[in-house]
Amino acid sequence: MTVAQLIFYVIAALAVAGGLGVVLARNTVYAALFLILALLAVAGVYILLASEFLALVQVLIYAGAVTVLMLFALMLTRVGDLPETMTGAQWPLAAVVSSLLMGLLVTTVATSDWPGDADGTITRIPFEQLGEALFRQWAVPFEIASLVLLIALVGAIVLARDEDDDVEESE
Amino acid sequence: MLALTYDVGNIWLDSLLGVLALVALMTVSALMLIWLERKISARIQMRLGPMRVGPYGLLQTAADALKLIGKEDLRPKTANRWVFELAPFAVFVPTFAALVTIPFTRDWAIAFLDLGLFYVVAVTGLAFVGFLMAGWASDNKYALLGGMRAAAQLISYEVPMVVTLVAVAMVAGSLNLSEIVLFQNRIPLFVWQPLGFFIFIVAALAELERQPFDIPTAESEVVGGPFIEYSGIRWSMFFLASYTSLLIYSLLGSIVFLGGWEWPLGTEAGLWLQILLILVKTSLFIAFFMWVRFALVRLRIDQLMSYCWKVLIPLAFLQVFLNGLVLVYGWPDGFLLLTSGAGLALAMYIIYRAVDTEPRELRMVPARGGGSSAQAATVDATGSG
Repeated sequence: MTVAQLIFYVIAALAVAGGLGVVLARNTVYAALFLILALLAVAGVYILLASEFLALVQVLIYAGAVTVLMLFALMLTRVGDLPETMTGAQWPLAAVVSSLLMGLLVTTVATSDWPGDADGTITRIPFEQLGEALFRQWAVPFEIASLVLLIALVGAIVLARDEDDDVEESE
Repeated sequence: MLALTYDVGNIWLDSLLGVLALVALMTVSALMLIWLERKISARIQMRLGPMRVGPYGLLQTAADALKLIGKEDLRPKTANRWVFELAPFAVFVPTFAALVTIPFTRDWAIAFLDLGLFYVVAVTGLAFVGFLMAGWASDNKYALLGGMRAAAQLISYEVPMVVTLVAVAMVAGSLNLSEIVLFQNRIPLFVWQPLGFFIFIVAALAELERQPFDIPTAESEVVGGPFIEYSGIRWSMFFLASYTSLLIYSLLGSIVFLGGWEWPLGTEAGLWLQILLILVKTSLFIAFFMWVRFALVRLRIDQLMSYCWKVLIPLAFLQVFLNGLVLVYGWPDGFLLLTSGAGLALAMYIIYRAVDTEPRELRMVPARGGGSSAQAATVDATGSG
């Protein structure tokens, strides 16, 4: 076993442990913290695959920003008051659905013919090339994605403002 | 740093030496910075500052560090044990990791990364989680409030920070910190992008949680914020991380905007001169940050947020837009200087107007579900501030 393989197994174990922690932790804040562990471990896998840019995006956006927002929301609510959020009546159904999804994903990934990786070596794509593809070749889908995010943002603001208006009217 | 000047030949030994060098750098610089901050604050307030331990009180922080290590490591009974004890590490480790890729001279860095600038921003962003963890796990209302404020402030100000650094990387054509320095070897970037420079300084102040942006740890409001329940070694880890961040943002600013270890007019500097130059440029930033701390008053949280989202972020996008124009149409750099300078003037005018106008009447909104006792009341802003 090479050093890279050893590192991979350590990182993969951390990712799996983090993922299990997200699902099994009874405390929602613990679950969110485990999510950070899982996301960071996945960033580690990206580094092993020689895609540092992807790894850093993962760290900046997911581990650094998205989970912080989740923690923010969770910590503002009182976790102790809502035990049913982690052990709702739907959990058997959720378990079945997510197992099916996992099976689907695993079979798809395992049977697909991935371009560039047929020879078993890692193809290193410089991030300049990534930028070219994203902003030249696929510029329209990129813009549509950002538009969707913008709409979500505006929608969130509209929803939040409506609530405030209600308070004012009730005064 | 030793690991780089001498090729030791073994990757593990090399990494170990690098980590040791960083630990030494972190500790010594934090001790010096704390001493310097106390001295500067004393000068500003017409005091002497620490004078008794060592010459000019130089060993005062060393004595304080010994005292802190000897203190009992207290943990509140109702605190959440694991999260509470891990929080200092969640702040400390990302800060430490960010130092790895910062080049001190042309040949001195632990690792030269192609994505160095991005790495520093991404890794320092991980520290936010630590503040939230500390605030939540302490089981203390002030700590929780402070942690929330820290997360909101850090996430908000990360946006203008990243966008200005993007503006710089656009012009330099690289995210590699060494190449950014090489790119600006004739005229440092702050000359061409004064607006970007300004936004960087403000955002760095906010990311460092220093006055006037020390809202998360404000003593008179949340009595120390997320650190309220910490003592001894864990508290000093937060403190060490905070001063290391000060060092990191100062180094980053001097590398990205002041031309790092190069002379302004592009003559190659020798090794010792490079060290001297980066030290001087970094010290300029550090002295500025410390000066501001004792010269300005603290903002309110709503002022802080609206300043970030309504002023800094649009201006940062303006800088990116201007850089794009110059890059695409090949306009001369003078255009960038003029327009960016105009943007800076606009930013200054916005601050001036905000300071100059009369405080608005604030309306207190009753708490939700507060019952009949909660009634709308009006107070003026000076009275509530």
